[in-house]
Amino acid sequence: MRTIDEIIDEILTLAATHFKVSREDITPDDDFFKKLGIDSLQALELLTRLENHFKVELPDYEVQGVTDFRTLAERIEARL
Amino acid sequence: MMSSKSNPKVVMIDLSRQESLGSALREALDKFSDEICLIEADRERENHRLTYRQFKEMSLSLAGFLQARGFKADSRAAIIMTNQSRWPISAYAIFHSGGVLVPLDYKLTASEQAALIRHCMAEVLITEYHIWREITQTADFESLNIGTVIVTDAPKKADLKGALRWEDARSEGEPAFIPRKRSDWACIVYSSGTGGRPKGCILTHDNYLEQCSSLTALYPFWPGVRYLSILPTNHAIDFMVGFIGPFVCGASVVHLRTLRPEFVREAFPKYRITYVALVPLILKNLQAGLEQRFADLPPLRRFIFNRLVDLNKALTRKRPNLNLSRKLLKPVHAAFGGELTAVFTGGAFSDPKMLQFFYDLGIQVGNGYGLTEAGTAITLNDFNPFRADTVGKPLPGMEVKILNPDADGIGQVAVRSRTIMSHYLDDPELTAETIVDGWLLTGDLGRFDSIGHLQLFGRVKNMIVTEEGKNVYPEDIESAFEGIPVKEFCVFAANYIWPERSMLGEKLIIVLNFEPGQEFTEALRDQLNSRNSRLLNFKRISGYVTLDSDFPRTASMKIKRYALAEEIRQKFDRQSALKEL
Repeated sequence: MRTIDEIIDEILTLAATHFKVSREDITPDDDFFKKLGIDSLQALELLTRLENHFKVELPDYEVQGVTDFRTLAERIEARL
Repeated sequence: MMSSKSNPKVVMIDLSRQESLGSALREALDKFSDEICLIEADRERENHRLTYRQFKEMSLSLAGFLQARGFKADSRAAIIMTNQSRWPISAYAIFHSGGVLVPLDYKLTASEQAALIRHCMAEVLITEYHIWREITQTADFESLNIGTVIVTDAPKKADLKGALRWEDARSEGEPAFIPRKRSDWACIVYSSGTGGRPKGCILTHDNYLEQCSSLTALYPFWPGVRYLSILPTNHAIDFMVGFIGPFVCGASVVHLRTLRPEFVREAFPKYRITYVALVPLILKNLQAGLEQRFADLPPLRRFIFNRLVDLNKALTRKRPNLNLSRKLLKPVHAAFGGELTAVFTGGAFSDPKMLQFFYDLGIQVGNGYGLTEAGTAITLNDFNPFRADTVGKPLPGMEVKILNPDADGIGQVAVRSRTIMSHYLDDPELTAETIVDGWLLTGDLGRFDSIGHLQLFGRVKNMIVTEEGKNVYPEDIESAFEGIPVKEFCVFAANYIWPERSMLGEKLIIVLNFEPGQEFTEALRDQLNSRNSRLLNFKRISGYVTLDSDFPRTASMKIKRYALAEEIRQKFDRQSALKEL
């Protein structure tokens, strides 16, 4: 069973790789739209990556309005 | 494009004989009873496929339930749902019972939704469990007085806080059909005003029936046509093109429970989609995907492909030839299912280059223009010939004029038609400012070209429309910045201060007036960014301007926005004054 910190760390690593930003530049409370410079469709793409990685299914409504990595991690943790 | 008169497949019901949306839909449900009306998919799973007969049974069962709980003519019922089959099922139950539908945006925050439910005084709310859960956690939830709340998708053991399960909202027997007149209210549609002044547009049955007649005259549906419903159904376009229009023609509507790009792409071939309406952001995404695929072709194949595109361009310069384009550029069309006839876009204005990109491939993207206050659409391109740089000609029944045109012929667009809303709910002052002598003042700047196409050039009103198709009014987001350590501040659309003859890339900015001796610091930047992050991404400000004089205010201390914008424009040019956040 992963801890929330481990989940956050995996999300940050995945996001950094996928959107080609430095892992050191992003932190759990960052706004991922702003920090990664992405739009809402790209955010959905990230979600698909995360689903594949964590082997969970996240309905769109679960992440409606979520903008920071930490909350995203909490939503994933609830479904693990 | 084929008009409804020349297409033998079109068997739509006669809207001129209808008195209300309820009566029109009622006739359609009987006339097309064995046709498929709704398909709902969730990722690779298909949740269900309903005929018009099954739809009617489900809807009447709900209507009976509502009526038994006291729902009657003119009662108001709000729907807050993502695009799914229970949205139109609920909507028809409301219309069948003579009620007024209030379609609310599922993307608003829960407190914004609660505020609008209060404003419209809805007696019934039909929503999804996760939306309801958020509403029950809003600050003054206890005082939210809704007679009946019905939730879909509720987990088995969930605490519903007084709401009823969709599965239990049923009745036996045939509920009464409550007739309405054309002049009666059909819907209250909020065009904005979540933070400040709610703008609830009252649209009558006549407004919708006229709009439906004029749109289907240009773009008809018929049994077998499949419309992919992606834009939110609460939005005027999907409500008309993804519900009322297809239903009165016996066509099918496909709902997807997820809008992940990969599932949206798969839906086109899987359901052989005929029509779809998209916001420019999704079109852009599709364009990027196609360009990547073309770039990945081996050199020789890419060369051949490009020649075929050139040939298609040459052969469709004057008018589209869908059958020819489908043959010439088969793989592209196959990726869209092979039956895609037209894509509609509008709202946020589309980049002409993008529209041209699709047209060159034989994919017709009809750019249009409309606003909630005007029903759905005012103008729409008819591809006769294709124009990437306009929003098309006025639809049948629309009178459009340009007020006080300048030397270039550009002025405010005004519209008169039977589709124009009755008024704003509880706001006679705003109604009087917006509808003058029967003409709706759109707040948009436009000009007619020599062949009667409308071109848009910006706005006279202080607002933006994002690429995601969202209207954002600066005054609605100011509350998010309450308490920042400055003397005073005001949020504007940058183009309102410094008009640009374009509607692309609009952005919001904040104007700051400091206390004496105060300067812009990194700490303030952090504060602004942190406030920004509480807003939905499309509502965020992207720059700031500092002003060293007090804002002009009215006697009641409200900021005179127009005067302030004028002052900033006089003092600074955009480039030197506007700083990135």
